[in-house]
Parts: sequence; structure tokens; C-alpha cells
Amino acid sequence: MSTHASSRPVRWPHRLVRGVLILIAVSFLALFLLLPLAVVFTEAFREGVSAYFTTIKQGDALAAIRLTLLVAAIAVPLNLVFGVAAAWAMARFEFRGKALLGAFIDLPFSISPVISGLIYVLLFGAQGWFGPWLDAHGVKIIFAVPGLVLATVFITLPFVARELIPLMQSQGSEEEEAARVLGANGWQMFFRVTVPNIRWALLYGVLLCNARAMGEFGAVSVVSGHIRGLTTTMPLEVEMRYNEYDYVGAFAVASLLALLALLTLLVKTLLEWRYGGEIAAHAPGGH
Amino acid sequence: MTLELSHLSRRFTDFAALDDVSLTIDPGEFVALLGPSGSGKTTLLRILAGLDYPDSGSVRQDDRDFLATSARQRKIGLVFQHYALFRHLTVIENIAFGLRVRSRRLRPPRAEVKARVQSLLKRVQLEDFGSRFPSQLSGGQRQRVALARALAVEPDLLLLDEPFGALDAQVRVTLRRWLRELHEELGLTTVFVTHDQEEALELADRIVVMNRGRIEQVGTPEMIYQQPATPFVCEFIGKVNRLVMNRDQGHLAVGNWILDEDPWHSRYGQALAFVRPEHLALSVAPSLSGWSARLRHIYLAGSVAHIDLYVASLDQTLEADVASEDLSRLGLHAGMELYVVPRAATLFPQIRDGTTINQDRWNWRAASTTPT
Repeated sequence: MSTHASSRPVRWPHRLVRGVLILIAVSFLALFLLLPLAVVFTEAFREGVSAYFTTIKQGDALAAIRLTLLVAAIAVPLNLVFGVAAAWAMARFEFRGKALLGAFIDLPFSISPVISGLIYVLLFGAQGWFGPWLDAHGVKIIFAVPGLVLATVFITLPFVARELIPLMQSQGSEEEEAARVLGANGWQMFFRVTVPNIRWALLYGVLLCNARAMGEFGAVSVVSGHIRGLTTTMPLEVEMRYNEYDYVGAFAVASLLALLALLTLLVKTLLEWRYGGEIAAHAPGGH
Repeated sequence: MTLELSHLSRRFTDFAALDDVSLTIDPGEFVALLGPSGSGKTTLLRILAGLDYPDSGSVRQDDRDFLATSARQRKIGLVFQHYALFRHLTVIENIAFGLRVRSRRLRPPRAEVKARVQSLLKRVQLEDFGSRFPSQLSGGQRQRVALARALAVEPDLLLLDEPFGALDAQVRVTLRRWLRELHEELGLTTVFVTHDQEEALELADRIVVMNRGRIEQVGTPEMIYQQPATPFVCEFIGKVNRLVMNRDQGHLAVGNWILDEDPWHSRYGQALAFVRPEHLALSVAPSLSGWSARLRHIYLAGSVAHIDLYVASLDQTLEADVASEDLSRLGLHAGMELYVVPRAATLFPQIRDGTTINQDRWNWRAASTTPT
């Protein structure tokens, strides 16, 4: 900022405009992002550090953490595979219904998460289409871990695919064709040429997908049934504790969730900082 | 190895990229596939590379079915128009790629890969650039890396897609000569695609002129230039003046230019005549046969000058080439009146609906060239 001001004289009305704009942006951020984040941590530590750790060590909090990580650990790889496959299909092939596939990939973004959850209840719930059959065979999906995974997969489906499609479309398939003519088989072509070319977009997609998988509330809430220690993920645990007037407990779990999110952000920033030049060099049109 | 392409056809949804194409490529030949965009030349190249397949027809390599062989087993080197270098790999890694992806049994030992890459780097004059990434190279350098990468797998057939298309004029000429020398040295069967007739004429042993998915003519550069087989070849290769001739009192004529001979014995009422700019004779003194024209403009292009002539009786502008040194000898200047007559032409008879009968074409030469 200061280097800019010194290198180029700025007349005062412009300086005023600049100052006002920066002020608006910063105070908006402070009010809507930093303040809530600060509240989460101050409330969590209101009764001291030991109270914080006691409440976190309570059985269902640990169970909620484990469940959240488990759900993310299943949903993210599934969407990684799906995202790459969908992006490949969209970027490399012409087929009937391609536009429709693109629209369907965006569907989870455009409909309310509550409805996403409800769809699965209507499909697999006790009164749902497949409910009686599943019940007869002893398979439990709704109010159980499979339901949570299904809802999370649905919600986080677009992240990886949406990162990859425009990139792969702009990169074209010439390098892959070159690899094939040079004698590479399908796997060699994929891992030696395709993956290195999309790795940054892939990583962003996975990070975003992961953040959402761990933080999803609406859809998960509908299919969870809120069984303590069994089907409550961290966001659900936060809500339940809050409803039970356990403010310290609620904010303590919330602070863990916030930490996971901050960690994701940190990883992303570190990668950008460490490999910034390389990312720019690999951007479409950048070479 | 001899490649025999027979009756290849390839349709895309709304047009025929290849329409019954047959061609034989001899060992060690340098062949140019020449044509405008959409003529099918790139489709043909991609079929040879194994990146596309014809709807019908066959390609045989000696006595092997070439199309049944996968891209990776064809022993082909392909240089893409935009090089398609692996952007995340260095120059050395790019060149070594084809060797490193081989199965363990066929992969040369590490030291040998390294040695081969080094010798290729030397051959393409990029010894000091081995550890650079493609984004750090100029267009001409990238092109040479692409070539080295293609040569590293020791192909039987080298395919080049518009090899000089993306380079500036100076680099293009240098690389062209270099590629020709390389071909003479290696003797590798080479097929390249180009839309640049000059490139094809200069480089190739044989040119395949393509148009709308069909082969118009196959021949040496000299044959293609001197004896074009179809009106398309006439107009596509080099510059040409196009004249419509009609039968007038038994003789084919356009304006005051009347032909005494007629190899067709009055079978055709019309003909298309193509006259190259260097085959138009100019004279200041009036002549009986030929057109009077007004000199519109002189474009001096080094040793040759291109001259625009407006022939009022035909309402047509013709282009003539004269040696630059003749400009002052003839006292040529814009605005002057001149007499023009063709010394040579290629004629295609036309039937009533305007279709040319290409097999009856006639390469006409004036009996005695009028001195200019």
C-alpha cells in the first residue's frame, strides 16, 4: 500500500475513496468474521483451560470428533474419484446429456441441504421406498453412520469436479495424446501427465470438499437422529450442547471445528506461498 | 517399411473428413500432406498416429495391419502443432519420457537413457537447456524439444503436424533447412501436414494435395507446380490468373487471346485457363494477340516484382511477375498502357454445367515465346 502511494502521487479525493473502501472492507470482515471467531474461543475458555479440556474429553465429544473424521475420510475420497471421473468425462468427451451432467453436478449447491437430507430419509427411512426391504435385511441407513456418509457425499459432490472441469477443458488433451503415442499405457498417462497437470486444482478441490464435509449441518441433521455418541457429528454436537444450555461445552466443540477450518486455510495458504510461482506457471495460458 | 493406405474414409457428424483416400508411402520418403483447413490432412495424420480411426478402409505396414496395432506399439514419433510438451517436466525428462514408460523388460538401463537424451540434446542444439521447463523456452526451442522427444523412441515413422505453423518467419526458414538436413541424415520416413505450399514445395520429396477429404494430386513438388492436375491445385499452389475461355468461331478464346490448336477437337465449348504470373509476357509495343492493359501497381519484392494489370476488355485484374532488373529496361511505371499475352497455361475443359473434365487437361505452351 505504502509503496504504491509513494511511487505514484494520489490526489486527495482518490485517497479518500481508497481509505473509505478499505475501511468498509476491513470493518465488514471484522464484524462478520473475526468477531464471531473471537467469540467462539472466548466463550470456550470462559471457565478456564481445565474446564475446556474436561468438556472436550467427555465421551460424546470424542465420539463426535471420531465420527466427523470418519465421515470426511469416506466422503472425500469418494468425491475425489467421482470428481476426477466427472471432470474427465466433461472435458474429454462429447456425449449426449453432457449439459445435463454439468447441471446435476451443481445440484447440491442449488438446493437446500435440508432437502438433501430429506431425500435420503424418503428413500431409506422406515417409511421410505426402500425402508421395509432394508429393514427386513437388517441394514440401517437412516439414523446411522451410512446415512451421514450418504448425505455428506451428496452435499460435497460438486467441489472437486467444479475445480477440475474448467482447468481440464482449457488444458486440452494434447499432452495425454503425446504420452500415448510415446508408448505410455492408460495408467502411466494418467499418473504421469494428467495428475501433475491438475494437481493444484485437485488439492484445492479436496481441501474445500473436506472443509465442507466436516462442517456440514443441515443435511446431516435430518438423517442423523441425534443419537449421542453414535450419530452426532461435531456440528450436531455443538447444537445439542447449546440447546442443553451447556455453553462452554458447545463453544469448546465449536472451537475445535473452527480450528479444523483454520488448519485447512493454513495448509492452502502455505501451499500457495511455497509453490506460488509454480501454480502461476501451470495456470492455463501461463506457459 | 512401406505404408499402404487404401480407401480410408472418416466422417464426423456433419462432414466427411476423409473420403476414399488411398496412398502409398515408401521407406525413407519425406511426404507433405498439403491442403487448406478442413481438407482432412490432420485427420489422416491422426489416423496414422493411432489417435483416430477411419470408418472404413485399411492401412497396411508391409504385410501387417497397421490399424490393429495400438498407438503405443506403432513405433511412431509425433510432433504436435503446439508441441504438447509435458509442462511439469524438464526438457531432459520430456525427451526421456518415451523410454521411461516402457515395461521393465524393454526399458534401456538408466545410463543408456541418459546417454541417448544427451546425444539428442546435442542433435537439436539444446545441450545447455536440459534442466529448463518448457515455459522457459522459445517457440523454436520447444519445437526442437518436441522433435527430440519424438526421436528418442527410435520411431520407424515420423509424423509432424504443422511443424512450423506457430513460429515466426525467420525461425521457420532456419528450422525448415535443419529438418531437411536431419531427414537426409537419418533417412527416416517422414510425413508432415502443412497448409503452407511454400513449405511443402521446399521440403518434401512428394506432395499430397488434399481438398475436402479427397486427394487432388500426388507428385513431386515440380510436378505439382508445373503440371497441376485439377483447378484446385492450380489455385492452391502458387499464384495464378484464372481465365474463362469460350469458343469463338471454332477457336477457344478470351478477349484477343485466341488459341489456334485444339486437342479436344471441338468437343468442349468452354475451358478454364490458369496462367502463372511468370507466364504472362509483357510488351510495350502493340501486338495482335493479347490484351491491352493498364499497369496499376508495381510491388517490388526483392529480385522479382509483382505487377497488377487491369485488362479493360475482360474487366479483370491480372498479376504478372517480372525480374526487378527488367522494370527499368521496359520502362515500366504505374498508369502506363501495356500489351499482355500468356506464354503458357493449364487448361481444363468444361461441360455445360461448369464441371471441369480434369483428366482432359491440357498444358499449353506458346509455340515461340515472344521476347519481352
